[in-house]
Amino acid sequence: MSLLEIKNLHACVDGVEILRGINLTINPGEVHSIMGSNGSGKSTLARVLAGDEAYEITEGTATLNGVDLLDMAPDVRGREGLFLAFQYPVEIPGVSTKYFLRTAVNAVREHRGLDELDAFGFLKLVKEKAAWVQLDPALLDRPVNEGFSGGEKKRAEVFQMAMLEPIMAILDETDSGLDIDALRIVAKGVNKLRNPDRGFLVITHYQRLLDYIVPDVVHVLLDGRIVRTGDKELALELEEKGYGWIEKITSTSA
Amino acid sequence: MPDDPNTTLDQWAERSDYKWGFVTDIDADTLPPGLNEEVIRVISARKQEPEWLLQWRLGAYAKWKEMTEPAWGNWPDHDWRPIDYQAISYYSAPKRDEDRPKSLDEVDPKLLETYEKLGIPLEERAALAGVAVDAVFDSVSVATTFRDTLKEAGVIFCSFSEAVQDYPELVQKYLGKVVSRTDNFFAALNAAVFTDGSFAYIPKGVRCPMELSTYFRINQMNTGQFERTLIVADEGSYVSYLEGCTAPQRDENQLHAAVVELIAMEDAEIKYSTIQNWYPGDENGVGGIYNFVTKRGLCAGDRSHVSWTQVETGSAMTWKYPSCILKGDDSVGEFYSVALTNNYQQADTGTKMIHLGKRTRSNVVSKGISAGRGHNTYRGLVKILSGAEHARNYTQCDSMLMGPDCGAHTFPVIEVENPTSQVEHEASTSKIGEDQIFYCNQRGISNEDAVSMIVNGFCREVFAELPMEFAVEAKALLSVSLEDSVG
Repeated sequence: MSLLEIKNLHACVDGVEILRGINLTINPGEVHSIMGSNGSGKSTLARVLAGDEAYEITEGTATLNGVDLLDMAPDVRGREGLFLAFQYPVEIPGVSTKYFLRTAVNAVREHRGLDELDAFGFLKLVKEKAAWVQLDPALLDRPVNEGFSGGEKKRAEVFQMAMLEPIMAILDETDSGLDIDALRIVAKGVNKLRNPDRGFLVITHYQRLLDYIVPDVVHVLLDGRIVRTGDKELALELEEKGYGWIEKITSTSA
Repeated sequence: MPDDPNTTLDQWAERSDYKWGFVTDIDADTLPPGLNEEVIRVISARKQEPEWLLQWRLGAYAKWKEMTEPAWGNWPDHDWRPIDYQAISYYSAPKRDEDRPKSLDEVDPKLLETYEKLGIPLEERAALAGVAVDAVFDSVSVATTFRDTLKEAGVIFCSFSEAVQDYPELVQKYLGKVVSRTDNFFAALNAAVFTDGSFAYIPKGVRCPMELSTYFRINQMNTGQFERTLIVADEGSYVSYLEGCTAPQRDENQLHAAVVELIAMEDAEIKYSTIQNWYPGDENGVGGIYNFVTKRGLCAGDRSHVSWTQVETGSAMTWKYPSCILKGDDSVGEFYSVALTNNYQQADTGTKMIHLGKRTRSNVVSKGISAGRGHNTYRGLVKILSGAEHARNYTQCDSMLMGPDCGAHTFPVIEVENPTSQVEHEASTSKIGEDQIFYCNQRGISNEDAVSMIVNGFCREVFAELPMEFAVEAKALLSVSLEDSVG
């Protein structure tokens, strides 16, 4: 059974249709990448899958492990193992990152029928996973994302992903704003999480992230539709010829 | 009911089918509604008070009659229900056991559900719900153990009525010294008709061995709507006092007008913590308590310290400004407040810090949370008088809004008459964002947990001031009070 299956998904915000019939199937263990220019609908797809109520779904279906995803509340999706690394993680003043994560980890564990993690077990896990993305553990005593640099926020997202061990992870432009060293670190963290049961959807603007997180499948999104699907070579071709090329060939074929 | 203050109680008794006629039978349970001198005399007689206290009450009443109900409160979204002072019954003896529910089975299940959510121990639930206490557990033994420990330390802690009987000289010496009997409309009313409350005296150099709490006077909890508290900490002593509890308390009265007076002598410290959760009215703003309270602490001696911490989540309307008069040199006043208004609740609260002594310091942290159509007003006064050399104040005033229909308002007033003083004021307003909730949701955290996490984070500086157990309860209380307010 496929892990994530999206069929003819349409979604709009404030009456404007952004997604106009997305079809996408991700099998366990696969890494898919979605590329596209600004405004093509990449982030919308990520947020719709996570359950952002700002978007209205007008048509289509999405299932996670065969279960209707669109029918679940956002927190249930999270507990079911869908994870979104946000493009712009919000700050939550007054709530320490550790406390926040422990609540999240235990909510997920409870859902999976596991025992609550005690303080000792939790801190051990924190230490281990923070090392994956070279995140300074002192940051975790600060309020969620507050006073984090842009790079620290992105690393913290991947760290949270490692802590929560999702079955389907979506990375929304996790590479934006990262220098090359930080990019390598983040990619390393993601690669450590790759396994035969877990699926990834890596949304990016640039090909360079895909040098480090090598995708099995690359999709190009244009005006709310996937207009082309290929392997890693497609990303390289796109990098070389630019998004204009895609627009051109799509309009010719249409 | 007639407004004519000359109507005698006997005449009333006839008109209101009052079958006992209280002049001859002062054991009667409840006075018929209405307020006049005669009523005050009956209250005083019923409590076997000394003549000076009766005169004190009557003086307050005479003044109150000339005063007008204040109207400056900020209640943007509430229909003021006029208070009919002649419709209130000013004396009601504690309910006899046979009139109370016999067990929890007879108590409103919704109330019990709330106790459950708040994690209140079973035996306490019964007492809070007004179940005849002896039928459930032996509160007397708890109270006795408690009293013995205090007695050993020399601490006096009893109901106000008992204090009047047992320590009349202490009561007479300090009553009305911080909040005069004619301080304001509601304080004057309280002075005239108060029925009970708490009294504590900590002798010189004594560190009170336990936190004093009305909880331990559980069998005397129904102190009525005009409660009076007086706490005196003698030189070098320390006491922490807890008022109220998180459990919603049933009450059919509309008005609560309590008065609290604190007096700290040289090197003494009083820490006063309140959790207020009176009935807030329903989700349409119908009903609910008017909580109009006067609380003031006097730092009488040098290096004395008065600290107010309050968590206000109940009442339809709250109107209170726990204040400090910093008279002693180097004395310290503190005010930490969380006020939450949901549905149609309105709170107008804050503090007054009056600096008289040299190098006096005050610290104010106010956190207002508004949800639904609730409005939260911070009103504060920092006054530095000319003799207050090198006085310092720091005020931090934060508001959090949840949803589009609520409001936060601040009216800080600063009056400085001494150029060597330092006054700082910081304020912020934030909105609990849907994006924050969504972020939490995405990590598997439910709406309710997310809201409670964010709100508790917002209030952490105030909760840090609460005694540990109280803080845990306060957190649970905020979550319950905000249920269904988001998502």
